[in-house]
Amino acid sequence: MKKKSRFARYSFQDKALLVVGYILLGLFVVAIVIPMIYIIVASFIDPVTLQNKGITFDFSKWTLTAYERVLSNAQIWIGFKNAVIYSVVFTFVSVLITMLAAYPMSRADFRGRKFFNVIFVITMFFGGGLIPTYLLISNLKLLDSMWAIILPGAFSVWNMIIARTYYQGIPGELREAADVDGANEMVFFFRILLPVCTPIIATLSLWQFVGMWNSYFDAMIYLNDSAKQPLQLVLRSILIQNQPESGMISDMQSTAERAQLAELLKYATIIISSLPLLVMYPFFQKYFDSGVMAGSVKG
Amino acid sequence: MSTSTKKKDAGLHNSLVYIVQHWQLYVIFLLPALALTIIFRYIPMGGILIAFEKYNPIRGILGSEWVGFKHFSRFLSSPDFLSYLGNTLKLSVFGMLWGFPVPILLAFLLNRIESKGIKKKIQLCLYMPNFISVIVLCGIVRIFLSVTGPVNLLLGTQINFMTMPEAFRTIYIASGIWQGAGWGSIIYTAALSNASTELKEAAVIDGANIFQQIKAVEWPAIKATVIIQFIMQAGNIMSIGFEKAYALQTDLNMASSEIIATYVYKKGLLDGDYSFSTAVGLFNTVINVILLVAVNKIVAKMNDGQGL
Repeated sequence: MKKKSRFARYSFQDKALLVVGYILLGLFVVAIVIPMIYIIVASFIDPVTLQNKGITFDFSKWTLTAYERVLSNAQIWIGFKNAVIYSVVFTFVSVLITMLAAYPMSRADFRGRKFFNVIFVITMFFGGGLIPTYLLISNLKLLDSMWAIILPGAFSVWNMIIARTYYQGIPGELREAADVDGANEMVFFFRILLPVCTPIIATLSLWQFVGMWNSYFDAMIYLNDSAKQPLQLVLRSILIQNQPESGMISDMQSTAERAQLAELLKYATIIISSLPLLVMYPFFQKYFDSGVMAGSVKG
Repeated sequence: MSTSTKKKDAGLHNSLVYIVQHWQLYVIFLLPALALTIIFRYIPMGGILIAFEKYNPIRGILGSEWVGFKHFSRFLSSPDFLSYLGNTLKLSVFGMLWGFPVPILLAFLLNRIESKGIKKKIQLCLYMPNFISVIVLCGIVRIFLSVTGPVNLLLGTQINFMTMPEAFRTIYIASGIWQGAGWGSIIYTAALSNASTELKEAAVIDGANIFQQIKAVEWPAIKATVIIQFIMQAGNIMSIGFEKAYALQTDLNMASSEIIATYVYKKGLLDGDYSFSTAVGLFNTVINVILLVAVNKIVAKMNDGQGL
């Protein structure tokens, strides 16, 4: 007997229900994709046409001027460079410290485990708040230093719990085998345990990298020096505060021309700044589920 | 020496031996995390004292004048208090009401797609907005809704949505669902993939319709996850993020866009009113903790004693 597809086995009512469901899902996908395509196309349109008519597929109205102007701006590149440095350093420090701390916390024989757990978990729900933290950073002389945005968030209790749960799912024989060889904790951790934790390391790294790359609050309050600002702050002045970086539009004669050009530059800025993550993330997709699963199991 | 103290001593001795033998676990593995926690989490908790003082940076936290609950009563009795509290609560409660079911619905629908290839492609699209930054998202929203933007071009109107207090909440919540619902569905999709396929087949053979299948097979598979997610979101209702609200604020939509988090920032760091700002922040944190405990209790009662 030929096996029928799952859809064919549904009753008429179920089929109708499913079709409605699929249409809803389709609409959601369209609602995501259409704005993105609009932005991509709009970034190539001549500024006057864009303001009066929106996008067009009359290619005589297309231009690369927005990209030339944005990419030739030094502040954008400084922002990119800083964002890469901050995100890479933050990801490395954060994942290392979190994976390290999760190891003793995962061991049933670890003395003081309950005590340390309470110490950590309290900070998930209660904290000093904005001003006391700001005063601390200021007293530590960390204002305008990259460590002000890296250290305070480097240890994430939530990620530690996820890593701990992951360790606990690893068979105990691995450790027994290592003990026979007389390996000490460090050797066991780096040589034997970490290599079997690649999925969770990849997941946490992705979260931390994306989190740092996309945030702006800490940088806004702690970094005033424009040479130290990450990309998101540069974007903020262009996209939110309507203040294109100097030189981007200053050669235009009239205010109207400048306003039109500033609007066009926003589209190109969005594309240029979002491209790196949007291109990278599909390569990590296989780790999403494993990481989330590890997190959904209560530790 | 009584036997109980002897036992205690022996226990202490064992602990010391353990710590000496396993010093690496404490010094190399735990210490970095513990140090960061104490410095950047616990020391600021001590700084909360300035909420009860007339803080003077020169005199320091311990030397400043003590004023008790003055800042709290000033905040609670100010006419803006109810407005900020209301904005914060409305934004997160309505955000949750609209936003919470969408990822679950998406997961159910994704789970019914037979072709693995199509499912993967749809997921790739659904997850994409999660990787756009808050600034870029708010930038997109502002461009699309501006007077000369595509939405007005499409409608043939000239409405400045970003200056309308009554539009702010819809903009905030809808863009949040647009960005986060796909990503939020992952956790449910993963839980659904754990549902027993045999059970599913059995339900289909028994002639169960989709609602009956969901009730018998799929809902039990994700119920625990839904509850945890619900507690976490409900408990965090007061800690709605600063970043997005601030990036969507304009001078004219303040009536609904000024929330406690943005107010704390402005009062504290822009106006330099450290003590007052800390008091407002503390008020927020305490309400949040109370809500979390309450929600956890309620859910635990409904769920036969199983909370977080």
